Order: sequence, then structure tokens, then C-alpha cells
Amino acid sequence: MQTLLRYSRETLLTAVVVFCFTTLILLIAGAPPFAAYYHIFKGSLGSWSKIAHVITVWMPLTLCASGLLYTFRIGLWNIGVEGQMIMGAIFSTALLRFGIESPQPAVFLGLSFFAGALGGAIWALFAGFLKTKGGVHEIFAGLGLNFVAQGIILYLIFGPWKRPGVASMSGTEVFPQTLWLPFLSTIRLSPVGLVLALTAVMVTAWMLRYTWVGLGLKAIGKNQYAAFLFGLKPGRYMLLAMAFAGGFAGLAGCLQVAGIYHRLIPAISSNYGYLSLLVVMLSNYNVWVAPGVAFFFACLNIGSIQLPMMLQLDSSLSGVIQGALVLATLAIYAWQTRNKQKEEQR
Amino acid sequence: MRIELRDIHKYYGPVKANAGISLTVRSGTIHGILGENGAGKSTLMKILAGFSRKTKGTVSLNGSPMSYKTPAQASRLGIGMLYQEPLDFPVLSVLENFMVGLTGNVSDRNTPHRQIFEQLAKDLGFNLSPNAIVKNLTIGERQQLEILRLLGLGIEVLILDEPTTGISNMQREALFKALKQLASEGKSIILVSHKLEDIEALCDSVTVLRLGRVSGEMSKPFDTNTLLEMMFGILPVQATCVETQPGKTVLVMDRVTATGGRTGLKKCDVTVRQGEIIGLAGLEGSGQGIFLRLASGLVQPKQGAVFLQKSKMNGKDYHVFKHAGVTFLPAARLEEGLIPGLNIAEHFALQNRKGFYVNWSEAFKQAKKSIEKFRIKGQSVFPVESLSGGNQQRLLLSFLPDDPVLLLLEKPTRGLDMESALWVWEHLQKFCAGKTSILFSSSDLEEILAMAHRVWVFFNGKIVKDTMISDTDIHELKSAIAGII
Repeated sequence: MQTLLRYSRETLLTAVVVFCFTTLILLIAGAPPFAAYYHIFKGSLGSWSKIAHVITVWMPLTLCASGLLYTFRIGLWNIGVEGQMIMGAIFSTALLRFGIESPQPAVFLGLSFFAGALGGAIWALFAGFLKTKGGVHEIFAGLGLNFVAQGIILYLIFGPWKRPGVASMSGTEVFPQTLWLPFLSTIRLSPVGLVLALTAVMVTAWMLRYTWVGLGLKAIGKNQYAAFLFGLKPGRYMLLAMAFAGGFAGLAGCLQVAGIYHRLIPAISSNYGYLSLLVVMLSNYNVWVAPGVAFFFACLNIGSIQLPMMLQLDSSLSGVIQGALVLATLAIYAWQTRNKQKEEQR
Repeated sequence: MRIELRDIHKYYGPVKANAGISLTVRSGTIHGILGENGAGKSTLMKILAGFSRKTKGTVSLNGSPMSYKTPAQASRLGIGMLYQEPLDFPVLSVLENFMVGLTGNVSDRNTPHRQIFEQLAKDLGFNLSPNAIVKNLTIGERQQLEILRLLGLGIEVLILDEPTTGISNMQREALFKALKQLASEGKSIILVSHKLEDIEALCDSVTVLRLGRVSGEMSKPFDTNTLLEMMFGILPVQATCVETQPGKTVLVMDRVTATGGRTGLKKCDVTVRQGEIIGLAGLEGSGQGIFLRLASGLVQPKQGAVFLQKSKMNGKDYHVFKHAGVTFLPAARLEEGLIPGLNIAEHFALQNRKGFYVNWSEAFKQAKKSIEKFRIKGQSVFPVESLSGGNQQRLLLSFLPDDPVLLLLEKPTRGLDMESALWVWEHLQKFCAGKTSILFSSSDLEEILAMAHRVWVFFNGKIVKDTMISDTDIHELKSAIAGII
């Protein structure tokens, strides 16, 4: 009970700090803060179709976040998650292109998920091997590979996979409807994606708590050397964590292609990879809190689309809020930890 | 400076670490605080040094009650503490470490401080080079540096927490000489220890703590039995080593050379047989650590070959050795042996990995059993970093497999009080009956003489003496350790 009280007090404090900070920024930018918040709220939760949009953002965010829980547990900073998502999207697109003329599109749709996961996992393993065999820090490898993935996707969209006629920034040619993920006709939401995201969360929770993957990652993350003496092989677990993270990110990429955009566009990952890093950090690496935080971030993303229209504000304000949220949370968390230490000393 | 502690209480939640302790230290004396692990010695000293805040009670310096909240405030009042693990900056030089915390002119930083340093060092007979980098020094030298640093700050009261753990006998003698000199200059010295011989050799008076309270006080000359009774309540029984006939060959090192530590290991040629208990003696960093790591597969030899039960092990890694029945227990408990952040039960879960799922109920059951058997003061859900040093060592020992071929123990009783250490050896000797060979390093010659069949003395990376315990004595060994054969 006491921890629950403390948690809610911390959350409230964070909310107040972020609120003040963003309001300050808005005032400096010359915009009415409360109007901005109102439009964000209305723009995300104002109608069922808007909520459906929020969920379409929530699904890939949650998938990526679930994957990142593996790498964070072992102490790796998988900044390459963005590129892993892109490669997943590319692999899925490649597979779907084979199924364009096929009489059994459902098979190809199903296979595209495997392809996406494979693509993401392979890309993650590049960074993983660079780390385990070459000692290259995963932040640098990941970031570098992100740029490479961006390059590859642009090459494909403007090159071999370009639209007939003129290559366009709006991506490759749209897939025929047979290769679209089934969706509810009233709100354009794919239940497949929803199920996938929820399954990812549950599988991750189960793996981390009840299996060797979870305990091994945790042990190596806390003390690699002692874990080695206990018989664990840190290199192997690192690669495993990267494969999981990449695989989940790849699935998110596939979802973007097969369920949302139905083609490959240059911004297929929409920065969801980077955003999911923030989601995981903000949820204090807790698998049950992460989907909630992801939902909040999704609301911010969708809601802030209203801002340019209604208030002539750039929609990147949502980014400001998200960043401020993470900073404020980390600061408050550090402050609470210091207070606790001081208390123990007394 | 005269120190008076009156009715000091310190509670950590329901745990009463100090429950009403009073003692007096006169200036110009060396006062000992004696007690087993968990008696409350370190807690009390941390309060005196400003590291923790007391729950109740008063601290008086020269008759006036003082209240201070931080070690910085305490050092301004003249109280300084030498911690068991050196708290210094390994990447900086000796002189730079000395200057830390000293205010002064930035431009002529080096000159006056260097002179002060060299004068202080000369006065105490410490041989430290100001430009040496601290990470290359031994623990004994780092202690000397710390003492000089505290003196440079103007400390009048010096508290030492288990200072002789991990230093050679020569360094210990140098330390004791320096402390006696400081006392004669009017400083107050407080020595916290569980080692009776240190207290008896150095102190003018001693306070014995037990379970958070003062159980007795004594001035010199000291009576060992009385002190033991005050510490434990009963006299512990000395364990004696069981002589066994060594069996077939277990480990052979054939002209093995390796690098690592301060000296590496040079052209080592030894044989270990089943059932032997061999003590590795020598100054810290003379090659014992490297030897143990070579024998466990953590380090690969640059030249020569390591044979385990007739099979050549060069190039094979630690896990192969482990499978073959070799177990290594490192001295650095939290850095190498245990995983901070994980609790006791999780460590047991790590021990037995079968299948895909973690068997949590089994892990908790085993944890509970081991906690009872090894008398570890803690519960299964406690994170291991919350255990005291002695209890961490008990936990590490509880991980030893039932029937190992070769046990490699790096300073197994480091930081343990006498009762715990004896218990450890009782437990280890049971392995001998099962034909396990035990190699252990120790800085305590008495321990080696009491427990081992054979002793190897390491000096500068070579084994300079290899003899049966029955064929040698403590003086011969002490000379060998110093390099005199």
C-alpha cells in the first residue's frame, strides 16, 4: 500500500512538472497552452475513429517496446531499433511482392510476418556481432545501421521497387486489397495487429519472469563477470536479446506495411523505434506499464496533428512533451532515490 | 583528542545494530574495538566518522558534545577513517590522491604539497613514490597513502577498519610501527578488528562488542581467553587438519608462464594430487591469483601446459574446467563472485539450470536450506549486496558443489571472524574425505599452517618454496615470503 501511495505521488509530481514545463514552452512560443492541450485531447480521444488512429500508433510502439525490454534487461542500449523496424518492413514488402499475383494471398500475408521478424532480427544481430566479436558499442553500431537502413529503403523506393512511371516520395505502389491485413470496415483498425501487440506483451512478461531468458539476461546485465563464473555465456545472451528486440521491431515494421500503409514509404518507421526507447525508460522497464505509456505517447502523436490546423503550431510539440516527460521522470526518480539514501543514513 | 561515546543507539528499522554503546578513547592511545562479524563495530565507527547518523546518544570531543552530519564535517573536526576497501582514485597518481580535498593555490599546486607529502611519509617510514599511479599499488601501499592523506588534512583521531586484511606481514609491521608513532605524538587511534593478534600486539585498551552491545573492556596486558569469551560467550574449538594419503594426480602445471596481476607467473612446475590441501602463501599480487585463475581456465597460459587429470587443457575455456569438476571462488565477492541486484534465491536458481523454465519453488527451497545450513543472516528475498561481508562469503561457500574434483579458493576466510572462519574450515575439510583437492591462497600464515598439508610460497611470480607443512615453520615461511630462501 505504501509503495502504491508513493508511486502515485511520484507520478503526480512528474505530471505537474511536465505540465509546467510544457506550458512555459508554449507561452514562449506565443501559443495558448490550454487550447493546445484541449486540441490534443480532442484530437486523440474525441471520436472512435480518432481512437482507432491512436491504436494504430500504439501497436507498433508496444511491439518495439516489448522487444526493447530484453535488451535493456541485459544492459544493452539498442538504439538500432529504428533500423530494425525499417528492415522488417523491407523484408515484409519483399515477400508480399512475391504474392501479388498469387491465388492464396493469406499465406503470403502470414509469411510476411515471419519475413518481417527475420529482417529485424538479422539487422539486430549485425549490431550484436559487432558488439560481441568486435567490441563495438551497440549505440554506435545501432546508429550506423539505422543510417544504412534508411539508405536502403530510399534506394528501393526510388530504384528497383519504384512506381511505374515516376518514382515518388509517397512510396512504392499500393498493394492490392487482397494483401491487406483484414480490418474492421467502420474504423480502419486491424485486429490482427492488436492481437499481435497484446501477445507480444504477454509473451515478454512470461519469458522474463519464468524462463532462463529472463534470469540469464538479468544476471548478465547486473554483473557480467560473475554471471560468467556461474556458467552463463554473456555473448550468447546478448545476441539472443538483440534477436528478440530486432524480431519484435521487425514485426512492427511488417504491421506498418501490411496493416497501415499497405506499401513501403520512406518514413515507414515514423520514428517509432526511437520513441519506444522513451516509452520503455518512462515505464521504468516494467512490461505491464509500458503499454499504458505507449498509449499515452500515441495519444500525444495523434492529438498533436490537430495543432497546425487549429492553432498554427507545429505538431512536433508532441515531441517536446514526450521528451520533457522522460526528463522530468528521470529527474524526479533520481531526486527520490537521493532522498531515500539520505533517509537511510539518518 | 579525547573521544567519548555515550549510549549510542543505531537502528536500521527493526534491526538494532548498536543498542546503547558507551566507550572512551584517551588521546595518545590506541584503542581497539573487537567483535565478530555483525557485532556492530563498523556501524559504530561509521557514526563516529560522520558516515551515518546515530539514532540516539552523544559523541563528545574533548568533553564537548558535537553533532555532525557528513564525513567532511567530521574531518574538519579532526576525525578521519581508513576504510577496509581503499577509497581512492586508481587512475590518479599518489600525489594527486594526497592532494584531494586539500585546499590551496592552484598555480603552485605541486610544490608545497609534494614537500608535505614527502615529509609525512619519511616521518612514518612509508616508502611511496609520489608519481606512481595508484592502481599499480598494493592494498598495503594504498592504505599508507590514505593515512598520509588523512594526516595532511589534520586528522587527530584516526579510525582504522580491519586494516590488516589483505596486506603482507611486512606491511603490517610497518603500519603498526607508524600507528604507535602517531599515538606517541598525541593522536588517538581506534582500531576495529576481529583479529585478536592485532589487538593484542597494538592496543593499549580494548572494548569488546557483541550483538550491538559492549560485552566487556580490558586494558593491556590482555588475556586471550577472556577476550574470546567476551567476543563469543563461549570458547570456540580449534579445528585441526586431518592427514590423508594423497591419491592420484589431479592437476599438473608444466613450465607454465602467464601474464596478469602485478607479476604474472613464470615457469611454474607443480603437481597436485587427490585429497591434498595446499596453501598458497606470499605477498599479495605475487602470482597466487594468476595461478588460481590458470587452474580454473579463466586465464590462458602464454607458454607451457596445464593438465587436468591427464588431459591437456590449453585453449579450453572456463566452462570446460567447470564441467570437469574445478570450482573457483574469487576473493572480490561483490565484483566477481556474486551478482548485486539479484537476491539469494535468484542466485540459487542460477546454480541449477535445467530445461527452459526457471524452477522458482525449487530455488527458494534450496535457498532456505542453505541459509539454515550455513547460518547466513538474511532471507531468500534479500538482495546479496545487503548481506554483510561475512555472510556473503558464507553464501559463496554454499554454492560449492557436493563433490568437486578441485577447489580453488582465493582468500576463503577474508573478512570473516574467527568463529566463522573455523566453521568454514570444518566444512571444507569434509571435502577432503571425498578426495577433493583444495588449493587456497591466504595472507594468514597461521591459517595455512593449521589447515594445509602443503604450502607453496609465491614470490615475484615464482614458487620459491614447495614444502610439506610438517617440514617447515613460520619463520622459514616468513623469510620465503619476503624473498629470502
